[in-house]
Amino acid sequence: MTSWERDPILTIEHLTMRFGGLVAIDDLSFSAGRNDITALIGPNGAGKTTVFNCITGFYKPTEGRMTLRHDDGGLFYLERHPDQEIARRAGVARTFQNIRLFGGMTVLENLMVAQHNRLMAASVFTFGALIGLPSFQHAEQEAVERAKHWLERIRIIDRADDPASDLPYGAQRRLEIARAMCMRPCLLCLDEPAAGLNPRESDELNQLIFDIRDDEKIAVLLIEHDMSVVMGISDHIVVLDYGKKISDGTPDFVRNDPHVIAAYLGVEDEEVA
Amino acid sequence: MSLAGPASDIPDPANPLGRLWQAAVKDSVIAGLIAFALFSFLLGVRTVDAPFGLDLSARPWLLASAVAIVFAGRLALNLLYWWPREAAQQALLPRYGVAALLPLVVAVPANFEFSDQIAILIVVGFVVFEIGLVALNRVRGEQRRGQAPSPIAEKAAAALSRLGTLAAPALIGFGIVLPFLPMSDRYIMDVAIMVLTYIMLGWGLNVVVGLAGLLDLGYVAFYAMGAYSYALIATYFDWSFWMTLPVAGVLAAFWGIILGFPVLRLRGDYLAIVTLAFGEMVRIVLINWYSLTNGPDGISGIPRPTFFGLELTPTGDPSFHDFFGMEYEPIHRIIYLYYIIFLLALITNVVTMRLRQLPVGRAWEALREDEIACRSLGINTRNTKLTAFAIGAMFGGFAGSFFATRQGFISPESFTFIESAIILAIVVLGGMGSQIGVVIASVVLIGGFEVFRELAHFRMLVFGLCMVGIMVWRPRGLIASREPSIFLREKKLVSAAAVSEGRG
Repeated sequence: MTSWERDPILTIEHLTMRFGGLVAIDDLSFSAGRNDITALIGPNGAGKTTVFNCITGFYKPTEGRMTLRHDDGGLFYLERHPDQEIARRAGVARTFQNIRLFGGMTVLENLMVAQHNRLMAASVFTFGALIGLPSFQHAEQEAVERAKHWLERIRIIDRADDPASDLPYGAQRRLEIARAMCMRPCLLCLDEPAAGLNPRESDELNQLIFDIRDDEKIAVLLIEHDMSVVMGISDHIVVLDYGKKISDGTPDFVRNDPHVIAAYLGVEDEEVA
Repeated sequence: MSLAGPASDIPDPANPLGRLWQAAVKDSVIAGLIAFALFSFLLGVRTVDAPFGLDLSARPWLLASAVAIVFAGRLALNLLYWWPREAAQQALLPRYGVAALLPLVVAVPANFEFSDQIAILIVVGFVVFEIGLVALNRVRGEQRRGQAPSPIAEKAAAALSRLGTLAAPALIGFGIVLPFLPMSDRYIMDVAIMVLTYIMLGWGLNVVVGLAGLLDLGYVAFYAMGAYSYALIATYFDWSFWMTLPVAGVLAAFWGIILGFPVLRLRGDYLAIVTLAFGEMVRIVLINWYSLTNGPDGISGIPRPTFFGLELTPTGDPSFHDFFGMEYEPIHRIIYLYYIIFLLALITNVVTMRLRQLPVGRAWEALREDEIACRSLGINTRNTKLTAFAIGAMFGGFAGSFFATRQGFISPESFTFIESAIILAIVVLGGMGSQIGVVIASVVLIGGFEVFRELAHFRMLVFGLCMVGIMVWRPRGLIASREPSIFLREKKLVSAAAVSEGRG
C-alpha cells in the first residue's frame, strides 16, 4: 500500500470540470499523501492548472468531491467553499503560474499581508490595534519574526525593504512560495514553480521544496511541465492528458509507463495497446 | 498637441536652408489650418444677447490672431527645435525664427476686450506648452541615449516625500497660528476653511481610491449624507453639533456599507459608473423627498456649533463674547469653525495614517495590487473593500456635517457631480495614497479657484490645462512614490512605477 493511499491529505474523486462544451477535466481521481511531494504533470493544455483552480476554489467543479483531511482528523470538502475560505479555514496555500506578488509593496509587506487573518484576529476588529493593544503588538512582532525567518530561508533578507517587483525573477518565485508558507498552510500548491528558472535556481528551489516537506511537515502538490525536473523531487506523480488521468504512481513507475511515453513523445496509434 | 511630426527630416544637401524653410512653412500652414478649423467655433463666433433671443457675432480679428499665433509658434518650433542639426544652419536660423514670431506681435493689438486677451493668452499658453513638451521630449531622448538616465525626478519625489515628514509639524504649526497672522482677514479664513474641508474629503476619498484602488465617482453622496443627517437631526431633534457629528459619520458609513454590498462585486469602469449613479441618486432623492428634505428649497436655520455650550452669535445666551468679556465680532465664529475643521482634518489624517500600518490597511493596498493573490491568501476581499468604503464614507459624512453647520443652509445643489470630480481630482493630482500630496493639490486647486475667480469660465480652461500638464509630467500625481507601512532596516520609498493603480 502506497503512502498516499494509507494517509492521504487530499482525496479527489470523480472531478469533472466543463467549460461549456469543453471538458477540461474528465472524471479525475487521485490522492495526495500527507508527507509527500505530489506532482501533477502533463503536456500543455492537459488541465493541470484547472485542477489547481478547482482545489483552491478559484473554479467551482462541475462534478466530483475533493476531501481535505486535517492532521486532527477534521474533514473539509473543498468543492463547497469559496477560494478565500479554502485558504483561510482549510489551509490550502497556492502560488501562480505567472507570479502574483504585490509588486508595489515591499518584500516584508508581502509576507505581512500573508499573515492577515492571524493579525486581523489579534487586532480586535482593528479598534484594538488602533488604541495599541499589547496583544496586537505582540502578534505583529511575531508576524515580523516569521517573515524574517522565511526571508532568511530564501536568502533575500537583505532586500526585505525593497519593492517586490524589483527582485530578480528567481527571487520573486521563491518569495511567492515564502508568502504562501507564511499563511501556515497544511497543503501547499505550487503552479509551475520552476518555470523560467536557470538550472542553479532550479536546484535551490528543489531544496526549498524538500525542506518544506521534511522540516515543516507540509504536503506539497505541484504542477510541473518538465518531466526531468519533476522526477528528481516527487514522491508521487499523477500524469494528465486531455483532462484524463493516464498514469499514477512513483516516479519509476510513471517513467516506464507506455501511456506516458506515448503522450509525451507521440507514438503511432497502433503501438499503444 | 503635436499635430504631426516634423515633415521631413533630411534637408536637401544642395540648398539645405531653402528646403528647410519650405518644409517648415508647409507644416506650419497645415497647423494653421487645423487651428482655423478648431478656433472658428471656439473663438471666431460668440453668442450675444439680441432683442429676440441669442445672436451670433463674428470675431474675425480674434480668430485671425489665434491662427497667426499657432502658425508662428509652429514655424518657430520647426525652425528652432526640430530641424536645426548643423551649426551653420543654427547660426542662421534664429533670424528666421524671429521673423516667424513677428506675426505674433502684429496679431495682438492692444485694444482687444479683456476676455479676448485672456483667450489669446491661453492660445499662447498652448503654444508655450507644446514647446515645453518638445523640449522635455528632447531631454528625455538624450537621457535615453546617454549612459545613465538621470534619476532627477525620482530624487525630487523622494525629497518631496521626506519634506512631507519634516513639513508635517511645520504645516500643523502654520495651521494653528494662521487665524492670528496679520494678513488673515475674513476672506482668507473662508478660503482656508474651504481648503481644509477639501483636504479632509481628499484624505477620506484617498482611503477608497488611493489605498484600496476602488474608483469612486460618487463620493459626494456621503458628503451629502453627512450634511443632511446633521441638518435634519439638528433641526428636528435639537441635537447639538458635537452630539450629531458622530451620528452623521456613522450614518454615512452605514450607507457606504449598504451601497457597497451590491456594488463591490463590480470592478473598474463598472464600479465607477455605478458609484457615479449612486451619487446622482442621492441628490435626486434629496430633491424629490420634499416632506423630509424640503426638496430643492433646502434646509435653512441649521444650528451653529457651540463652544462648550457658548454660542458664537451676537444675541447668544450664554454667549462666547460675554463669557470671555470681549466685544462681539463675527470673525470669532469663523475662527472657531476654522479650528473645528482643522481638528477634524487632523483626526482624519492621523486615523488613516495609522490604519495604513494595520492589517486592514495593508490588505487594502494588497487588494489594489492584486485581488486574486489576496483571495489566495485567505483575505476576505468583500469585507476588506467594505471597510475601505465605510471608512471613506464616514470621513465624508463628518465633512458634510461640518459643511452644513458652516453654511447654515444646505440644498441638493451643493452636492452635484462636479464636487465628486473635484475631490477625485485632488486625490489624483496629489498622488494616489499620498497624504501630503492631497494637501498640496487642495491648496493649489481650491486656492487656485479662488485666486482666478476673475477669469470666470476661463478658469476651467486653466484648470484643464494644469491637469493635462500634470498628467504629462507627473502621470502618477505630484507625490507618486509610496511609503512602506513597515520596514526592517531602512524605510525605502517605493517608486511610482512599481505601484499598481488598482482595477476596482
